[in-house]
Amino acid sequence: MRYLLVEDNPDLAQSVADRLRLDGHAVDPAASLAEARDCLAAAPYDLILLDISLPDGDGRNFLAAERRSGRDTPIIVMTARAEVSDRVDVLDLGADDYVTKPFDFAELEARCRAVLRRRGSALQTVQHFAGLTFNPLNASLSVDGELRELRNRELRLLEILLAAPERIFSKGQICDRLFSYAESVTDNAIEVYVARLRKKLEGSGARIETVRGIGYRLTSG
Amino acid sequence: MRRAPLSLRLRLVLQLLGIAAVLAIVLYFTVRTVADQAAEATQDGVLGAATLAIAESLQGGEDGVGVDLPYEAFSILGSISADRVFYRIEAGGQTLTGYEDLPLPEAAGAAVAPVFYSRAYRDTEVRIAAVNRMVLVARKPVPVLVLVAQTRQGQEAIAQRVAQRAAALGLGSFALAAVLSLLTAGNVLRPINRLADAVGRRGPHDLRSVDQPTPAELRPLIFALNGFIARLRGALSRTETFIAEAAHHIRTPLATVRARAEIAMRQSNSEETRETLRAVIRAVEESSRSAGQLLDHATVVYRSDRMADEALDLAKLVEAQAEAFRPTADLKDLTIRVTGTDQPVTVRGDRPLIEAALRNLLDNAIKYSPDETTVDLSLATGTEARIEVSDRGRGLSGQAQARLAKRFARGKNAGDIIGSGLGLTIVEEVAAAHGGRFELTERDGGGACARLFLPLG
Amino acid sequence: MRAIVLALGLILHACLAAGFPVEEEMLFPAPETERRELSILSTTDTGVLRPLIAAFQVREPDVAVRYTVASSQAVYAAIHDEGLSFDLVISSAMDLQMKLANDGFSAPHDSTATDRLPAWAHWQDRLYAFAQENVVLIASRSGLGGLPLPQTRRDLIELLRGHPDRFRGRIGTYDPELSGAGYLFATQDARQSDSFWRLAEVMGGLAPRLYTSSNEMITDLKQGRLVLAYNVLGSYAEPRLAGDDDAVVIELEDHTLTLLRTGLIPVTARAPDLGGQFLDFLLAPEGQRLLRDEAGLPRIDEAALSRGPHLRPMRLEPGLLVFLDGLKRRGFLDEWAAALSQD
Repeated sequence: MRYLLVEDNPDLAQSVADRLRLDGHAVDPAASLAEARDCLAAAPYDLILLDISLPDGDGRNFLAAERRSGRDTPIIVMTARAEVSDRVDVLDLGADDYVTKPFDFAELEARCRAVLRRRGSALQTVQHFAGLTFNPLNASLSVDGELRELRNRELRLLEILLAAPERIFSKGQICDRLFSYAESVTDNAIEVYVARLRKKLEGSGARIETVRGIGYRLTSG
Repeated sequence: MRRAPLSLRLRLVLQLLGIAAVLAIVLYFTVRTVADQAAEATQDGVLGAATLAIAESLQGGEDGVGVDLPYEAFSILGSISADRVFYRIEAGGQTLTGYEDLPLPEAAGAAVAPVFYSRAYRDTEVRIAAVNRMVLVARKPVPVLVLVAQTRQGQEAIAQRVAQRAAALGLGSFALAAVLSLLTAGNVLRPINRLADAVGRRGPHDLRSVDQPTPAELRPLIFALNGFIARLRGALSRTETFIAEAAHHIRTPLATVRARAEIAMRQSNSEETRETLRAVIRAVEESSRSAGQLLDHATVVYRSDRMADEALDLAKLVEAQAEAFRPTADLKDLTIRVTGTDQPVTVRGDRPLIEAALRNLLDNAIKYSPDETTVDLSLATGTEARIEVSDRGRGLSGQAQARLAKRFARGKNAGDIIGSGLGLTIVEEVAAAHGGRFELTERDGGGACARLFLPLG
Repeated sequence: MRAIVLALGLILHACLAAGFPVEEEMLFPAPETERRELSILSTTDTGVLRPLIAAFQVREPDVAVRYTVASSQAVYAAIHDEGLSFDLVISSAMDLQMKLANDGFSAPHDSTATDRLPAWAHWQDRLYAFAQENVVLIASRSGLGGLPLPQTRRDLIELLRGHPDRFRGRIGTYDPELSGAGYLFATQDARQSDSFWRLAEVMGGLAPRLYTSSNEMITDLKQGRLVLAYNVLGSYAEPRLAGDDDAVVIELEDHTLTLLRTGLIPVTARAPDLGGQFLDFLLAPEGQRLLRDEAGLPRIDEAALSRGPHLRPMRLEPGLLVFLDGLKRRGFLDEWAAALSQD
């Protein structure tokens, strides 16, 4: 996916961009509304992450202008103010959703996906592996044309493993991405989800292999 | 120890009564003095006339002074009052006739007009008129002094009557003044009482200026009061702004920290490092949650004073909030089940406030729900609108709702779940601001059930 | 003043036995055990007030009444000059009573009975009138021999002038020099109208007989020694002449004096409360009725005054003191003597 990140705080912009890139997204940072307009003029984006307070204006004005111009690139507002009325405002002005800083990237990703799904995005994110067809946008998995429902955690586990087949992910790494940091989870919890996902993958060429003492990997072997 | 100052009413009444008393006393003495003087002047006039009549009857002659007491001179003295009468006629130092012991004037000039004086005589006090005349006796002038005296009982009786009338008049006017002063005090103090009522009836967050119509004398008070209210409002407003600013300023760096921590976590293979980073992220999350709730709470308090009063469709609001929370719930594989929103339920109120309440209710339910359970969100109407949020979390552990809803209180069993405890306080305050109520109970089969009641619009 | 005392002294001397010339003294013992004594000094004959004393003693059976009768001057002197002690002083000499009260010899007294009195019937709370008596002319029809009865002093003067022989030596009146009442009537007459002096002059030419009491004049008229008696107390004349067809009581229409018989409680009283009780009894309805029916003294009656426009009640006022003045008295009596001894 290609993100336009409109954020004037350079540290935060850098961090968010870095974090999104870790998941394989393309991110163009813009530090002002002017820069954002330049970027939008130059290239199409799948999603805009928009801060409200910007040096050359209010993000809400930009939002309203975008909507008036007829462009319908999904916009998720990142607000730091989070006053009750602000949230209402941005949705009324045409934002697709909002997140309050500091945001949980898992949640941000979930919200992005929900937005895109709602918009019926034509974005091609479908991945193929060993007889699996996986579309994370609408959480659909098909094995040899047979559609299998994935729950959110199963989907994310598959996403993690599918990002680098054959690579071994430690239980800790998986845990951190699957559960909120606030939750204390045991390794057993992961085993439950691994077991469920294995079931969903049955019949395909792909399987989750337990690397004893280290973690898991997705393999087609 | 300082004594409490007298009430204004008492003070006013006492002062008015004091003035009335002084006026009544002045009135009494004035009437008495004037009446006494008038009575004395009347008596003096008659006495003088009698004395002159006698003096005119004096006749000279070869062998002595002749006197022919005119009957009317005495008769007229009796016509005014039944007072005792004494007289003395002295010629050349010898008492010619009358009462020899009647006191002579101190200075008996050759006055044409009578002189008057009061003396004790016999067993009483008398008023005496004296007149001096020269009479020719054997062709020599002989001074003749005519004294006529009258007791003062009649005058005293008049004075007594006048004193009684004056006293009655004084008392009457005092009584009238007392009644009037009570009425006046009531009247004067009524605007103060009205003002006190108007200010006293206000709700705890009502910080509008006082615009009660008041007399000019109270305007400085109103002015000062409004000034104070304005300062208070300003202080509150600055507090709100400060909280909002603080939240804003704290959130951006927290976001950076969190993002960096997550990146570091992804790139680290050391379990110890990751544990540390997890702690960092948890701390960030807790801070931001606290900031959010503080902000929400401040907003709720601030908006309660100037609440909008619009017709709202609760069904739509509930749906929208459920929708907004779905991605969050998904992360825990939670289902949000919404019921009762198939037809509109109208209430009157402030949309941001109601949304804040709904958000906090849902946030709470999601936070405490175990993975892969269902949060039930139902809307119902009866005599009032009821929004019910039920979860399968750890419940209340028998703690009173009142304590849970207290600011910063958190359930004992909240344990590792991040939250500042302000959430329920916010819900309760929103309910109160709308004339509704909020209750939190254990749910059958485990979990908690939160109910927000709002009056139908 | 000294002159009066001197004059009184001379009068008194004539009939003075021991210090105080008593005409009559009578003790009415208490019907029951005597506890108190009421002493009354009076100018009124004992017989007149006897029924009232008796009625009083029925109400107050433990009271003995000592009733002393003296002439009006003697009564006055007993109180004013000698300071004798009596509980009640009753006198027809209004002027002397007035002087006693004016000079402070009378004690105050107030009661419901005195409250009922009209204003002209009392002076302050010191002197109270309990009977009003007209001063009248009495005439003998036979003596007049068919001459018309005079209705005014003018009639009287013309009658006397027209028939001097018929009236010579047969007219009676008070001797103002010797009689206190006579002096009072004469001075008051003189005040009322000038016709008094013309009458005095006419009478002076007819050798009038001078008396010191009304009773003597009534007696002499009844016995034919007098044809006319001028200034007689009606209260004495009426009961005695009732049933006598020859005698006529005439209230002169130009003016008829009305005398007030008064009582006062002297400051020297030993039992002023008893004196007051008796005075109240005289003033109360029962006493007033007894006075009229038994004593023949007309009661205090305001209506009677308004019915008789010719009536001139003598007022209890300081004016009465004027003729008691020594100089004034001498002047008046000199004039009287001159009027009487003309020709």
